[in-house]
Amino acid sequence: MAETTVIEAIRSTLEEEMALDDRIFLIGEDVEAGGVFRATDGLSKKFPGRVIDSPLAESGIVGISIGAAHYGLRPIAEIQFADFIHSAFDQLCSEASRWCYRTSGDAHLPMVVRTPWGGGVHGGQHHSQSIEAYYAHMPGIKVVAPSFPADYRSLLKAAIADPNPVLFLEHKRTYRLIKQDLAENRGEARIGKARVTRTGSDLTIVAYGLMLHESLAAAEALASEGIECTVVDLLTLNPLDHETLLEAAKATGKVLIVYEDTLTGGFGAELAAIIAEHAFEYLDAPVRRLAGPDIPSMPYHHAMEDFFMPNREKIAEAARSLAAY
Amino acid sequence: MGRSGFERIGIHVPTISPVRCANIAQVAAAVTTRARKPRSHDTVSDYLLNEQQLEDMYYHMILARRLNERMLALNRQGRAPFVIAGAGQEAAQVGAAMALTKGVDYVAPYYRDLGMNLVLGMTPREAMLNLLGKRDDPNSHGRQMPSHWGNTARKVVTQSSVVTTQFLHAAGIGLAAKLRNDPIVVLTSCGEGSTAKGDFHEALNFAAIHKLPVIFFVENNGYAISESTEKEMPVPHVADRGRGYGLRGQVVDGMDAIAVYQTVKPAADQARRGGGPFLIEAKCYRLWPHSSDDDDSRYRPKSELEEWAKKDPIKVFRERVVSDSIFPPEDLDEIEQRVDQEVRDAAQWALMQPDPEPEDALGFVYKELG
Repeated sequence: MAETTVIEAIRSTLEEEMALDDRIFLIGEDVEAGGVFRATDGLSKKFPGRVIDSPLAESGIVGISIGAAHYGLRPIAEIQFADFIHSAFDQLCSEASRWCYRTSGDAHLPMVVRTPWGGGVHGGQHHSQSIEAYYAHMPGIKVVAPSFPADYRSLLKAAIADPNPVLFLEHKRTYRLIKQDLAENRGEARIGKARVTRTGSDLTIVAYGLMLHESLAAAEALASEGIECTVVDLLTLNPLDHETLLEAAKATGKVLIVYEDTLTGGFGAELAAIIAEHAFEYLDAPVRRLAGPDIPSMPYHHAMEDFFMPNREKIAEAARSLAAY
Repeated sequence: MGRSGFERIGIHVPTISPVRCANIAQVAAAVTTRARKPRSHDTVSDYLLNEQQLEDMYYHMILARRLNERMLALNRQGRAPFVIAGAGQEAAQVGAAMALTKGVDYVAPYYRDLGMNLVLGMTPREAMLNLLGKRDDPNSHGRQMPSHWGNTARKVVTQSSVVTTQFLHAAGIGLAAKLRNDPIVVLTSCGEGSTAKGDFHEALNFAAIHKLPVIFFVENNGYAISESTEKEMPVPHVADRGRGYGLRGQVVDGMDAIAVYQTVKPAADQARRGGGPFLIEAKCYRLWPHSSDDDDSRYRPKSELEEWAKKDPIKVFRERVVSDSIFPPEDLDEIEQRVDQEVRDAAQWALMQPDPEPEDALGFVYKELG
C-alpha cells in the first residue's frame, strides 16, 4: 500500500468525517482555497457552504466556533499558524476552557481548533513557535500533538467526536516529511494515551511532534553504539498519560525530555516535575531537558534556526552523557 | 386588570383580537392599518403592545429594580459579597427581551441584564440563588460571580466577566442557525464601554459579511465604571459604527421600554427572515454605582444623576400608562405589592438553600464522552 503523508492523512480524515456528519463545518483563513498548507484541499467544492473563509481575525475564528458548537454544530477551526493563535487566547482561556465547568455541564463545546506549529521551515519568529505550554495549562481544553500520519488520523477523528474543545497541533515540518503506510498497525491512538514507540533499557526519551522523529533517529544511532533507548510519543499533552510516562521513567531510571519550545516553563518542565514527584526513588540520574534557548523566539537565518532547534545529533549527545551518568 | 384603558377613553375595541396600544396617538391609525394591510408586511400595528404585554413590561421592570434593591440590602447586611445591578436599564432590557420568542431565540447577555433574564423566564428565587452563589443556582451553581447568566434550556448563553466575548458567540450561533436554515434570531448585549474591544468589531464584521440573524444590542448607560463615554469613543453614537461594517445601526431611547420593543421587534423579525444583522443602541443611564464595591461620587456629579433620575424608566413608564389612561394607578400599585412580596419571599427562601460542597469545585471540567 502507498505511504500517506501527514497532510494527506489530515485532509482525507476531514473529508471522511464531513461526509459522515453534516454538522461539521470548517472555518479559517484561506480554507476555501484549500489552506496555505493544503489541508482542506478540494473540500469546499465537495461540501458547498461548509468550508467558510474567515476574515483575518483569530479571536473571531475561535469565538464564532464557540457559538456554533454551543448551538450543536461541530466546527473545526483552522488557525493558519499557531503563532497567530494568541489573539484568540482570551476566547480559548476565558471562554472555551470554562464553558462546561461554569455551567456545571449544562453546556459544552464539541469543537476542534487545528493549527500548524513548530520550526525547521525557515519561518522566523512568527511562523515557527511552539505554543503548547500556554494551552496545556488550561484545564478544560484537550491538547493533542501527534507525530505519525496514522495517529493524526485516529486522533483527528477522536478530536471531532470529543464533546470538549480540542486544540489539535500539527507539526508543519512533518506535513510532507513524514510518511506512513496507514495499514501499518500500531494500535489505534486515543486522546489521553501516550505510546512507547521504541523500547530500550538504558534511558527513556520523551518527545512529541517533529522531536519524536528526531528522537527515534537518535535512538537508532545510539543503538549502534550499544545505548538502548525507550522512546515515548506523548501524543496528547492534556490530559497527560502519567502512567505511561512514569512506567518508562521507572523502568529505565534515566529520562531525557526533548521539546522544541524555549526551555523555561515549557511543557517539558511539567514532565520533569511529574517524574521527580512520582518516580524519584527509581531515578539513577537527574531528569534532563533538551529544548530551545531562552530567547524570545526562533530566529530566521538558518544558522541561528539550527542553533535554536534540538535535532538528532543534539539529542544523541545529550543521551550519551545521560547514559554515562 | 380592570377595564380597558381604551374603553375608558371611548375608543372602540373589537371583541376578537383586541388591539390595545400604549401610544394612544397611534391607536386609530393602528386599527385601520391592521384592517387594510396584509400581515406579511411589517406594519406599525404588528409592533403595538396589548394590555397584557404592557402589564408584563411593567411587572418585569419593577421586579428587576426591586430585586436589585433587595440584593444591595443583602450586600450591606453582609449576606452577599457582591452585587452588580441594572438600575436605569430595565426599560432597555425588558423591551428588548419581550421582542424575542422565548425559548427559541438565543440571547447572549451581559452582567447587567437581570431584566432581560426575568423576561426570558428566570424566577426571583433563581435570581437570589444566583446572587448568593448557591448550589442550585441554574446559571453556574456557585461557580461564577453573581449576574453571570446562562441557561441552556432558556437559550441564554453562558457568559464570563470578560466583556464583549459574547458578541462572537452570538455571531457563531447566528452562523450555525443560518447553516441549518433555522428561523431564529440571536440577541447579544453589552455596555458602550465594551464596544472598544476587538471582539465587538470582529463580530460585527463577520455577521455583516454573512448576513447573520444577530441583533447587537448596546445598552449605552453613559459609564464604563468611572469612564464617561467621551473617554471611550470619539463619536456620539455607537450605532453610527454599524455603517462602517455594512450593517444597520439605530439609536433608540433606552429609557422607554415601548420604544425599545418597537425597535427590536421589527429588527428581530427581519433578521429571522434573512435580513441580516442590526446594531441597536439603547441610550439609557446607570442610576447606581458600577457595583456594590464602587463609589460613584468620586467621578460622577450629583446634579447629573438627579437630572437622569427624573427620567427613571420605571417612573416614566408608570406616568405614561397612567396619563394615557391605560391602567389606573391602583392597578400598578397592586403589581408593585405583588413584586415586593415575591422579592421578599425569594430572598428569604434563597438564604436557606444549600451551599455547594467544597469538593463540588472539582466536577465538570470536561463533558464525558457519549
